[in-house]
Amino acid sequence: MAQMTMIQAITDAMRTELKNDENVLVFGEDVGQNGGVFRATEGLQDEFGEERVFDTPLAESGIGGLAVGLALEGYRPVPEIQFFGFVYEVMDSISGQLARMRYRSGGHHTAPVTIRSPFGGGVHTPELHADSLEGLIAQQPGIKVVIPSNPYDAKGLLIAAIRDNDPVLFLEHMKLYRSFREEVPEEEYTVEIGKAEVKREGTDVTLISYGAMVHASLKAAEELEKDGVSAEVIDLRTVSPIDIDTIIESVKKTNRVVVVQEAQRQAGVSANVVAEIQERAILHLEAPVLRVTAPDTVYSFSAAEEVWLPNHNDIVEKVNTVLNF
Amino acid sequence: MKHVLESVESQFEMFQILNEDGKIVNKDDMPDLSDEELKELMRRMVYTRILDQRSIALNRQGRLGFYAPTAGQEASQLGSQFALEKDDFILPGYRDVPQLIWQGLPLYQAFLFSRGHFHGNQMPEGVNALSPQIIIGAQYVQTAGVALGIKKRGRKAVAVTYTGDGGTSQGDFYEGINFAGAYKAPALFFVQNNYFAISVPVEKQTNAKTLAQKAVAAGIEGIQVDGMDVLAVYAVTKHSRERAINGEGPTLIETLTYRYGPHTMAGDDPTRYRTEDLDNEWEKKDPLVRFRTFLEEKGIWSEEEENKVIEEAKDEIKQAIKKADEYPKQKVTDFIENMFEELPHNLQEQMEEYKEKESK
Ligand SMILES: Cc1ncc(C[n+]2csc(CCOP(=O)(O)OP(=O)(O)O)c2C)c(N)n1
Repeated sequence: MAQMTMIQAITDAMRTELKNDENVLVFGEDVGQNGGVFRATEGLQDEFGEERVFDTPLAESGIGGLAVGLALEGYRPVPEIQFFGFVYEVMDSISGQLARMRYRSGGHHTAPVTIRSPFGGGVHTPELHADSLEGLIAQQPGIKVVIPSNPYDAKGLLIAAIRDNDPVLFLEHMKLYRSFREEVPEEEYTVEIGKAEVKREGTDVTLISYGAMVHASLKAAEELEKDGVSAEVIDLRTVSPIDIDTIIESVKKTNRVVVVQEAQRQAGVSANVVAEIQERAILHLEAPVLRVTAPDTVYSFSAAEEVWLPNHNDIVEKVNTVLNF
Repeated sequence: MKHVLESVESQFEMFQILNEDGKIVNKDDMPDLSDEELKELMRRMVYTRILDQRSIALNRQGRLGFYAPTAGQEASQLGSQFALEKDDFILPGYRDVPQLIWQGLPLYQAFLFSRGHFHGNQMPEGVNALSPQIIIGAQYVQTAGVALGIKKRGRKAVAVTYTGDGGTSQGDFYEGINFAGAYKAPALFFVQNNYFAISVPVEKQTNAKTLAQKAVAAGIEGIQVDGMDVLAVYAVTKHSRERAINGEGPTLIETLTYRYGPHTMAGDDPTRYRTEDLDNEWEKKDPLVRFRTFLEEKGIWSEEEENKVIEEAKDEIKQAIKKADEYPKQKVTDFIENMFEELPHNLQEQMEEYKEKESK
């Protein structure tokens, strides 16, 4: 076991799979010699050579197309989109092409591509760097969307994603890259895609979230405990598909739910979670399922980010509303 | 079968007027600028170099925010802007804040842009420009649109845009120059080739020998110019602008330049991808040094004069930072207000919610 930050765990996962499978290729803008703008690919080009880990010209649609083409040639591409705000440039490759490859070829071709990309607020980036755009891709059938909240999951999920025979979008919250370390096994392991985790057990209310908001939810749960409220916290880990079983089991126990996402309120992952809960467990609910989200504006200019982003106080407030319903 | 690549590529030669020693090497193309105008160009370059140094220092003190250093690129940025008129429309990239400032964006607003305050993006009346584009390439396609609009209205003006060597790999780059070519729209497309897109050297960006030659495929004029020579950049811009206004179509202008600093102030370390030798080689081409030599030899510039500009710049920067500090704090309600002309129900509700939150 070693103490790793999330970014180290991510590098470690890529290293593991580059070693395991000669068809794994890692590429993107600045990922080679520079090791990526966040150093996620640090040392990988030195270790595996420029044939396996390489810089691309600056074009996200080019990177997406390259991934599709290399997949058709039997490779297992792991492209990086430098910031997920640039997804609009590569949207056709993701939603128009990759996600449909198996389907439109009647299963003849597959697209075992793992797109990695940083996103997430709180680090004062310029426009179109921090946006939570997972909802865009979660709406696209044919591609899975994974968002780890900690180093251990990041490594296990990324290895699972690379081994998956279908396309996976792997989103890495920038604020979590170096915010803490934890024990991460040096050997290989996987964390199952599509499986949520109960991070904290509780009996009075369920908080469902993913990414950085898992930590805000855990913090809220601690505060609530001081007031004698026992909150269960679920980390979705995969936002498409959603782990319905874990959610419903918890709802049946606590009867009250608050769904937390960093993304804006309109549409999005949390709306989907709420819909699933009311369709499957309405008779177990003692209160409406509420959401904590960012407001429905374009992502905040960085000067007001702290107010714009949801935080643990917002969560506590909403929990009190469902408790007192 | 005829192979044309080599012969086409070899046609693109760097255009220069002042060499590294500040000597005129191309008298025929020397632009018609008065002594006052020449001095003004120098003043702006010195001022902008100081602004860059101060911005880097402020960033390090945690007082600025997002900043992409400009030192080294002054001739390319300011030589081109100097040839523009008020009526021209600028679509800049994130490094092109100096052009906006000299086109009329107040300094304190440039600082607010850095700080992620939207007042930095609110162009004052009479400044025809967008705020710096973050999405590399987006400004190129939009420039075709602005230029076509200018042409349809019959205005005597041009749309001007900037990107870097990396930007020329984007699909939007090709679409932009091709559209402008197809409509013979009055546009100037600048590629400031500083040889690196963050860490990626231009040789890895493309197999093309020059970036200017990309114009050929779009059927428009392309020219490579010494981007450390302010007179050359000015002359090419002026000439291309006139052609564009006369209905002769857009031009792709590649300026060969160098950024002395890091890519941005957010953790980039140039020693990971550039050698000291290369840095030194480009130090020798410093646009300020050669233009200073030229002006001093002409007898119209002195150290005193330069020091005056430096003091003036420092003073104005200090005032501007103060003004930026005093500007009303950015609020989420500002964002909500600017989402639509009429707020839909969800935003009306959220307006109330954030008014309360932000009044606490
Ligand atoms: C669409 C898009 N992709 C990637 C980026 C991230 N990025 C910012 S600057 C940069 C390199 C740009 O290099 P170049 O075009 O040569 O311009 P320079 O920064 O050297 O002026 C990259 C990859 C971005 N801002 N937009």
